[in-house]
Amino acid sequence: MVSIENLHKKFNKNVVLNGVDLNIKEGGIFAILGPNGSGKTTLIKSILGMVIPNKGTINVLGKNIKNSSSYRHKIDYLPQIANFPSNLKVKELIKMIKDLRGHTNEDQRLIERFTLEPFLDKKLGNLSGGTKQKVNLVLTFMFDSPLIILDEPTTGLDPISLIRLKALIQTEKTKGKTILITSHIMSFVEEVSDEIVFLLEGQIYFKGSISELKNKTNQPDFEHAIASILIENHA
Amino acid sequence: MKNTLLFFAAILMVYPIYAQNIEVCNTCVVSTLKKAISIAKDFDTIRIKKGTYKEHNILVDKPLSIIGENYPVIDGELKGEIITIVSDNVTVDGLFIINVGTSYTEDYAAIRVRRSKDFVIQNLVLEKLFFGIYIEKSRDGKVFHNKIIGDAIQEYNSGNGIQLWYSKNIEIEHNYVQHVRDGIYLEFSDDCLIKNNVSAENLRYGLHFMFSNNDIYQDNTFEKNGAGVAVMFSKKIKMLNNTFKENWGTASYGMLLKEINDAEIIGNTFEENTIGINIEGSNRIIYKNNNFINNGWAIKVRGACYTNSFTENNFLYNSFDISYNSKINDNVFNKNYWTSYTGYDLDKNGIGDVPYRPVKLFSYIVNRTPETIILLRSLFIDIIDFSEKVSPVFTPDNLLDKNPLTKRITW
Amino acid sequence: MLKILRYSFFDLMRSRWSYVYFAFYLLLGIVLLFLNNDLSKAVITLMNVIIVLVPLIGTIFGVMYYYNSKEFTELLLAQPLKRSSIFLGQYLGVAISLSMSLIFGLGIPFIAYGLFKSNAIWDFSLLLITGTFLTLIFTALAFNIALTNENKIKGFGYAILLWLFLAIIYDGLFLMSLVLFEDYPLDKLSLVGTMLNPIDLSRTLILLKLDISALLGYTGAVFKKFFGTNFGLIISFIMLSIWVVLPVLRIVIKSKKKDF
Repeated sequence: MVSIENLHKKFNKNVVLNGVDLNIKEGGIFAILGPNGSGKTTLIKSILGMVIPNKGTINVLGKNIKNSSSYRHKIDYLPQIANFPSNLKVKELIKMIKDLRGHTNEDQRLIERFTLEPFLDKKLGNLSGGTKQKVNLVLTFMFDSPLIILDEPTTGLDPISLIRLKALIQTEKTKGKTILITSHIMSFVEEVSDEIVFLLEGQIYFKGSISELKNKTNQPDFEHAIASILIENHA
Repeated sequence: MKNTLLFFAAILMVYPIYAQNIEVCNTCVVSTLKKAISIAKDFDTIRIKKGTYKEHNILVDKPLSIIGENYPVIDGELKGEIITIVSDNVTVDGLFIINVGTSYTEDYAAIRVRRSKDFVIQNLVLEKLFFGIYIEKSRDGKVFHNKIIGDAIQEYNSGNGIQLWYSKNIEIEHNYVQHVRDGIYLEFSDDCLIKNNVSAENLRYGLHFMFSNNDIYQDNTFEKNGAGVAVMFSKKIKMLNNTFKENWGTASYGMLLKEINDAEIIGNTFEENTIGINIEGSNRIIYKNNNFINNGWAIKVRGACYTNSFTENNFLYNSFDISYNSKINDNVFNKNYWTSYTGYDLDKNGIGDVPYRPVKLFSYIVNRTPETIILLRSLFIDIIDFSEKVSPVFTPDNLLDKNPLTKRITW
Repeated sequence: MLKILRYSFFDLMRSRWSYVYFAFYLLLGIVLLFLNNDLSKAVITLMNVIIVLVPLIGTIFGVMYYYNSKEFTELLLAQPLKRSSIFLGQYLGVAISLSMSLIFGLGIPFIAYGLFKSNAIWDFSLLLITGTFLTLIFTALAFNIALTNENKIKGFGYAILLWLFLAIIYDGLFLMSLVLFEDYPLDKLSLVGTMLNPIDLSRTLILLKLDISALLGYTGAVFKKFFGTNFGLIISFIMLSIWVVLPVLRIVIKSKKKDF
């Protein structure tokens, strides 16, 4: 689905990605983890073409993404901080994205699922963070793309919405889609993901299932396993 | 009573003898103008019928009226002067004179008046000429309603449309002159009236005065001439209600004044000239009720100009109103209307409450480095002009209009 | 690109800044007409104002829009859209909405005053064309500045500096160098100097209209050819177009290499 070879990226002198090789096969939920500044967002943005790598190649669905934009038709992306043009109404934003990406009817169902009907005629600038995140989710999931990338999807969500989100992710998974998630909420990651990719200092430190990670670190639970990696590498 | 009747009878009887008509046409007994003149007696009228007459060096040496009917063509075949008048009381009317010879040693003219009085030259059309109408040491004549169309290309081998030399009391009215060297040229000629003429697209000047005094020119139009109108070394000239337009070029102006004293310049319009009036060494001149519109420089004062007064003129949209190259000013500017005036009139009496300084620092800079003209209307230039306005350093301190009007003057 | 343009444009058209800008020009037009009581004079005054003010507003507004719509841009970047269409669309959206405010803001009072019956109509059209060109140029320059500077404050600083330089300082230096080298033939240099600054370039267009009599007073043959024929007008418009194209090209190139 996504294959990354020898990816390097630095911002000015600050090396963020330092030779990442990563292969993500089709189907399943992959969590990209790592401490702050380990390059998670950069990696995702590289896949999306928002960050231009210094070196290395990225293939999505077998095609090199360099200088291409149409492959993004196959990707649904949920950005980390959803700050939309504040002059637009929710309805208009949804219409606009549909206009840009193509027709879909999924949005109606998603609006119901996240109970956004009362907000449709409100301007995005007047919405709370959580509501904005819900709009963000609608925009992401309303297209039926084989690859879904979620950057911190749980931010600001109330428990009900969170449950609905999890259910949504599972449904998409059953459709055979590939889902990439970054999150700081370990319980969420543990619950939803099939496989984790651990980034550390710009490289893949670990890739595999959660149980493999537990074995490798000799820790009984996931959170501790992660913590032990960090302690180990800082010591 | 009886005597008078007798006198009239006598006149009626002698009339056919003393004032007869001579007809000239291509098929007549008299087929040339020369022949007609030679057989004519004093005060005869020669009528020339329509046709082409190839003649030159025609000498009119007796008082005659030479009248063309339907514009007969007198073709000089480029061989020299065509008509020369040396007698008083000659009238020439209605001819179409072409092909005057060109010479570098002699000023051949289509028609020349030499040492004569009381002549009338009217309704002529002159084409392909060297000099057009040349009045020499003559007086009390009229040059009326002629049309002079030259084809001058270079100054050195072209002549003037109407030239006056050592002549007095000549009226030049309703003529149309174009494409010659100087449209109308006066040298050592006094007491002349130049009225209602149009002089356009001439190589050098539309009108040119040299050493001529007490002349009046009024209601003329001077347009697109090489350098406009030049008035030089003359006294007491009245320049009234003329229009000076579109004289564009490096050394071009609506009017050039050089060594002129005691003149009156009233009611003229200077529009779209590179320089409206260029003044050098001219004193005691009254400028009143003139319109200066859209000129590069409305007035350029080159120096040695004293006691001139500029009152009640309109200065409209000129790039520069006044340019001055010295720091001394002895001229008066009063009650003019300036479109670039930015002051206010709180007491609503029609006179601005702060004086106007018509000389800008930038015009001083442009005088020094002409290329800087390209920075005209730049914000930077506005800023330095403003600072100069607040405290004059380069421009004359007392050159200001203390009573700038707030509304355009009409008269 | 057209879609992005449309969204940016309508987004801006609904923002209060467009109204402020529009109202400002409306007021300017009315006040000038009221004070001068003369259409031609108002047009001339306006020309002086426009060549300085439009660049200022264009740069500030361009930079401001870019920084303010950063999130929107990022949202778009994740969509299957070409980067060049995103940025060109946004750029054109800003530039066109600014131009519209200019054209309508000034056009309405002048038309109401009887522009169509006056012979100032050509001067006025030239004014609007020049204003539009300046908007296109300076918005593009603003986008360039914003694309190169992540820091908002820095971006605004550079934008103001750019305006200050092109509107005032450049002419000061220009004047100084002309006066300094006055012994040499300068007509070519002065024309080249003018071409290199879009504000001076627009000023030249206005000079061609208003001050042709003065310009023809200068001796240089190049000057004469430039100002005496249509040559100057054509060259000026070509140069203005180049001044639009170059920064726009840089937006395209820069945006392709930029990380978000």
